[in-house]
Amino acid sequence: MVKLDSKVPAGHISEKWEKHKFEMKLVNPANKRKYDIIVVGTGLAGASAAATLAELGYKVKAFSFHDTPRRAHSIAAQGGINAAKNYQNDGDSVYRLFYDTVKGGDFRSREANVYRLAEVSNNIIDQAVAQGVPFAREYGGYLTNRSFGGAQVSRTFYARGETGQQLLLGAYSALSRQIGAGNVQMYTRREMLDLVVVDGHARGIIVRNLLTGEIERYAGQAVILATGGYSNVYFLSTNAMNSNVTAAWRAHKRGALFANPAFTQIHPTAIPAHGGAQSKLVLMSESLRNDGRIWVPKKPGDTRKPNEIPEEERDYYLEVKYPAFGNLVPRDVASRNAKYVCDEGRGVGPTGRAVYLDFADAIKRMGRKAVEEKYGNLFEMYENITGDNPYEVPMMIYPAPHYTMGGLWVDYHLMSTIPGLFVLGEANFSDHGANRLGASALMQGLADGYFVIPYTLGNYLGTERPQKVSTDRPEFAEAEENVKNTIKKLLSIKGKKTVDAIHKELGHVMIDKVGISRTKEGLEEAIKKIRELREEFWNNINIPEDDKTLNQTLERAGRIADFLELGELMARDALNRNESCGGHFREEYQTEEGEALRNDEEYSYVAAWEFKKVGEWELNKEPLTFEYVKPSMRSYK
Amino acid sequence: MAEKINLTLNIWRKESPEAEGYFEEFKISVTPDASILEMLDELNNDLEAQNKRPIAFESDCREGICGTCGIVVNGHPHGPIPKTATCQLHMRNFKDGETLYLEPFRAKAYKNIKDLVVDRSPLDKIIQAGGFISVNTGNPPDANSIPIPKETALQALDAAECIGCGACVAACKNASAMLFVGAKVSQFALLPQGQPERYERVQAMVNTMDEMGFGSCTNTYACEAECPKGISITNIARMNRDYLKAKISSHSMQY
Ligand SMILES: Cc1cc2nc3c(=O)[nH]c(=O)nc-3n(C[C@H](O)[C@H](O)[C@H](O)COP(=O)(O)OP(=O)(O)OC[C@H]3O[C@@H](n4cnc5c(N)ncnc54)[C@H](O)[C@@H]3O)c2cc1C
Repeated sequence: MVKLDSKVPAGHISEKWEKHKFEMKLVNPANKRKYDIIVVGTGLAGASAAATLAELGYKVKAFSFHDTPRRAHSIAAQGGINAAKNYQNDGDSVYRLFYDTVKGGDFRSREANVYRLAEVSNNIIDQAVAQGVPFAREYGGYLTNRSFGGAQVSRTFYARGETGQQLLLGAYSALSRQIGAGNVQMYTRREMLDLVVVDGHARGIIVRNLLTGEIERYAGQAVILATGGYSNVYFLSTNAMNSNVTAAWRAHKRGALFANPAFTQIHPTAIPAHGGAQSKLVLMSESLRNDGRIWVPKKPGDTRKPNEIPEEERDYYLEVKYPAFGNLVPRDVASRNAKYVCDEGRGVGPTGRAVYLDFADAIKRMGRKAVEEKYGNLFEMYENITGDNPYEVPMMIYPAPHYTMGGLWVDYHLMSTIPGLFVLGEANFSDHGANRLGASALMQGLADGYFVIPYTLGNYLGTERPQKVSTDRPEFAEAEENVKNTIKKLLSIKGKKTVDAIHKELGHVMIDKVGISRTKEGLEEAIKKIRELREEFWNNINIPEDDKTLNQTLERAGRIADFLELGELMARDALNRNESCGGHFREEYQTEEGEALRNDEEYSYVAAWEFKKVGEWELNKEPLTFEYVKPSMRSYK
Repeated sequence: MAEKINLTLNIWRKESPEAEGYFEEFKISVTPDASILEMLDELNNDLEAQNKRPIAFESDCREGICGTCGIVVNGHPHGPIPKTATCQLHMRNFKDGETLYLEPFRAKAYKNIKDLVVDRSPLDKIIQAGGFISVNTGNPPDANSIPIPKETALQALDAAECIGCGACVAACKNASAMLFVGAKVSQFALLPQGQPERYERVQAMVNTMDEMGFGSCTNTYACEAECPKGISITNIARMNRDYLKAKISSHSMQY
């Protein structure tokens, strides 16, 4: 058992962070130079942290498996970033953003963290604008906003459909400035494969140089992981091809607890898979649901072209089932219902796993020109990928794994259960509870990196005063040996199956049994199957070539090995949680109307799993209390 | 499901940075709905199953925004379809029986690491030299304290959309990085926040570009034509103006 101390400061929620900033220890400017800080990951969370810490005077070593920080998966975020600026004068406030986020997370997040997130959200926008991020503006020259699901105010800042790109390029420019100035040593094409723990504290990492295959040791007085989410456990997801759980997972195996792994978000509007060759799924903006109407044929197995199916034989199932919200129900509700109609055999398209999103009525109502103005670029993108013209035939969409709310457990300081190991961005579990609201991940990543870690890291260093450690220590040698052995083992299997083939099979199990909707039987079956796959992986994969050069198959194999362990933990977590909440839907726990049925009496806690050995974990609970936002049931009827 | 098409692929192979490169021929059959990278995934899967060396190529987001992918297809960086990154190039754009040549981005400044993988890190060096606004994290003024005309913000965004894939360099017969640098210089030159460092920035970036071994611009516009984001060459003109101004203004005089 691990004692989970969230370290939430005392006081009224609106004063906690301000007060705590004063109470925390500082490191004086001259001493900062003496600290080597390791930052793994240079997406939004990592790049913002690395740049900011270097500006403060720390010696930063930053690592990424990409060839440049600008490639991180953050670059692909489209929709926008939230902040409580209330520029629209429509009633927004820090408190309201806090409230919406706690409610949106279905009462499974830590109130104090969420409040702080809302509190610093405004600084993020100021910072980004100062860096030259060209957000969308009104004719008067002031910033404009759009609205997003789960909120009744307009608080989302954006730059066309490229908000993630522009924010990441902002953070990357700040980081580049520090690299140029010699304050950050940037190590690209390096993959962290183990964490080094000395006397119970995180003191270094082992990485593989992806070009030469060399295994390298790096020491620091603290280690920060900002390595992103794990949606690729599903094989097909909207995440970038190389996104993976390895850094977090290896830290987990060194003692960092993994929290709420089953909390994943499945986005309802992705372009469906075209077949077995599909490598990843492309997200279509959720905004399409504002004007498009979702339907499937009433009759199972109807193979007619959509335009040949008369009105009375179409089932606009969301409008029928949820008259108040219709096509605008929250992400999880929309995803679940798409799965149900496809399970009934009413799915469309070549694979039968798709539903229509039809703009015919919108074109009639608003005119083609207005539709073009609003959605032109999305329609173009859709046509480019599918070859279909959505002005003429309905689009097809299907849910896709998109975001993982779970991640390494962290306290209010964003420190994991291993002292000196901090976790930022999507890699931690901190702020979104069981469901993340749109445009809140970019906000969290940047809040963590720009505005939280600079304070909490200082507090750790100021309190612990860690000394420099040498990479000659036995702990480093042991970790390096561990990494080398794993690689050796992987290369020596020389079996019959490809790494991708196993990943695909794992993906099938995960999406089927640990995806949109889950049951006890399904989860038990998933655990069994995942264990079998793991066996097969370690006995029957084949990796051509050696480890002395760029070997992309070997890279992938290491990541899939970790996914095969994580997948089981996700299923266990889902099995443990006998309730439905947010993105976690257990079919046994629903209301008469088919809505998620939370069980606050028994499950108002963070499930933090402690690694014992492969396939064996111990559950630790961090109870959640809600002092400010009182738990209520969602209803979208 | 759409009918498969048969293609002959001639793919650039190179085992290591030091090895000699060569073309290897493959015959394949692929669904037109697949992207060219998915076609390579399938080919690699087959090769791996036979314990043969798969083709090394890079990609990440597969949505045309991360800039990781980049293959020269039949002489065109990112292939023959305008404003399309390699990952968004679908096989329905090719005909049954066609022969494709797949090569890496070639330029003096890019080292060919393996097969279709090149090292584009010199582009990062240019950004590190000045592709930023020098502002520390802290308490900058409220985001709305400087109004910026909508048109100006959009123009800056047009330039900022560059995905850093480096295709412009591969497209240019001189292997010049002027479009890449011009886009970054323009983004900041257009915005009020970028003014204080405007002239130092352009000099630092252009000088580093030269040092990195990128060639000069001779206005053939090949870069604009191949850019997957359609970055305009007016950005190069803007950079040149600023560079010239910086050179003659007292601003940059050094004694
Ligand atoms: C298609 C799409 C659209 C989205 N749109 C939005 C949106 O509109 N608004 C919003 O708020 N959110 C959105 N999200 C979510 C959001 O983009 C992500 O949650 C967020 O960007 C994650 O940032 P990060 O910094 O935590 O991780 P990432 O950006 O994933 O960065 C991870 C970094 O870690 C490095 N790394 C990982 N493992 C290792 C290792 N072992 N060794 C070395 N380096 C490693 C990588 O190289 C990379 O630099 C979207 C997500 C997707 C998939």
